[in-house]
Amino acid sequence: MLTKRLIPCLDVKEGRVVKGVQFVDLRDAGDPVELAAFYDEQGADELVFLDISASHEGRKTMIDVVEEVAGTLAIPFTVGGGINSVEDMRAILRAGADKVSLNTAAVLRPALIGEGAAFFGSQCIVVAVDAKWDESIESWRVYTHGGRKPTDWDITDWVKEAVHQGAGEILLTSMDQDGRKTGFDLPLTRTVNEVVGVPVIASGGAGNRQDFVEVFEDAGADAALAASIFHYKETSVEEVKQTLKENGVVVR
Amino acid sequence: MIGIVDYGMGNLHSVSKALERLGATYIVSDNKEKLQSCDGLILPGVGAFKDAMEILNENGLSSFLKQWVEDEEPLLGICLGMQLLFQSSEEHGHTEGLGFLPGHVKRFAGKTRAGDRYKVPHMGWNQLRYLQPEHPIVDATEPGHVYFVHSYVVHANTSDVVVATADYDGDVPAVVGKHHVFGTQFHPEKSSTLGMSMLNNYIRYVAEGRE
Repeated sequence: MLTKRLIPCLDVKEGRVVKGVQFVDLRDAGDPVELAAFYDEQGADELVFLDISASHEGRKTMIDVVEEVAGTLAIPFTVGGGINSVEDMRAILRAGADKVSLNTAAVLRPALIGEGAAFFGSQCIVVAVDAKWDESIESWRVYTHGGRKPTDWDITDWVKEAVHQGAGEILLTSMDQDGRKTGFDLPLTRTVNEVVGVPVIASGGAGNRQDFVEVFEDAGADAALAASIFHYKETSVEEVKQTLKENGVVVR
Repeated sequence: MIGIVDYGMGNLHSVSKALERLGATYIVSDNKEKLQSCDGLILPGVGAFKDAMEILNENGLSSFLKQWVEDEEPLLGICLGMQLLFQSSEEHGHTEGLGFLPGHVKRFAGKTRAGDRYKVPHMGWNQLRYLQPEHPIVDATEPGHVYFVHSYVVHANTSDVVVATADYDGDVPAVVGKHHVFGTQFHPEKSSTLGMSMLNNYIRYVAEGRE
């Protein structure tokens, strides 16, 4: 039986791991290669590296980080952040990443998803979506540029379009829950899970071990992503997996 | 020496890094003479069956591989590389494969017989079940979880080529083998210690054949 996946996320800026609470207020939490090995040992099923470097140099540093991580890690990892073209994807995948994650660039030009899928296969194209509840449309609105810019996309329309274009997986971040530590956004996750036939990674809001049980059991997520809860050792991947097992969720 | 067949369709970096960690010597090449000088080959692969076969046919690697297998040299296909070992695939129309193993490749239905929807690709860690625990690739390992990413699945014509399976809307051939031709549907290089043990088993098999 396919297991539910736990995915620690490392935000990387100029080669160092940082984590923003609701996309601002950054704190330094360590070396990406060391953290990757640490999470591998703990039983993480995958890792996500999000490059939040603003500069060209920072992005070049990311390629070095990817190469170094690929040399030590025996589990899959995804790299996202600032990927705008097939060339960007190729550079990251060649450096040893298993998947790339597209966000803003995919919304600006959805055909980019299809181009990536045609070159590298759908299985390595993750579409990351930042969504926020919007009373005026009675649904979740898709945001780009790290959650700063609202788009005209309703969440269900966008994820359907992304999958239609060739996305192999959806990484869904709830902007309402991100950084709050009061649990994943279950209605949002459920809504997306019901309209796409590809795996959904829920992200944003993990505050305790029980939150992971809920997102798998009640919202049907295939994987759950978290950052600060793991980085600041509030709990560990091992402990979360133990809790999941006790609650009948199948994990590795 | 292991030769990783480079035909432009795979995450060669991960496979070569894994071999490095296991202390194996290897080359990555599309050059037939260089590959010919190896003791065993690895055929990696990510992407579409049809594209892969077109490239292998165009650059003559498919006839090279056919001769290689006829000469009873060891070959390990990984992921798409494993699917290519079979007779044909329905991915983007009917495409002939290398035909070393009897069977065909079909897309996951995405719906169970009872009509329940399930996700395609089959992506993530799944539990292995060994049908041939003594097989050289799984030898001395315990059946644990390994990492899969695929939308198409092998339907083997005879069960004797299936070494291990995983359950995803039925039995998914996960490790296959016949004589000196082997394949893993999952990515051993991404499957933590169990995957690395199986890669090591292949390296050992190749080294023993050389002696």
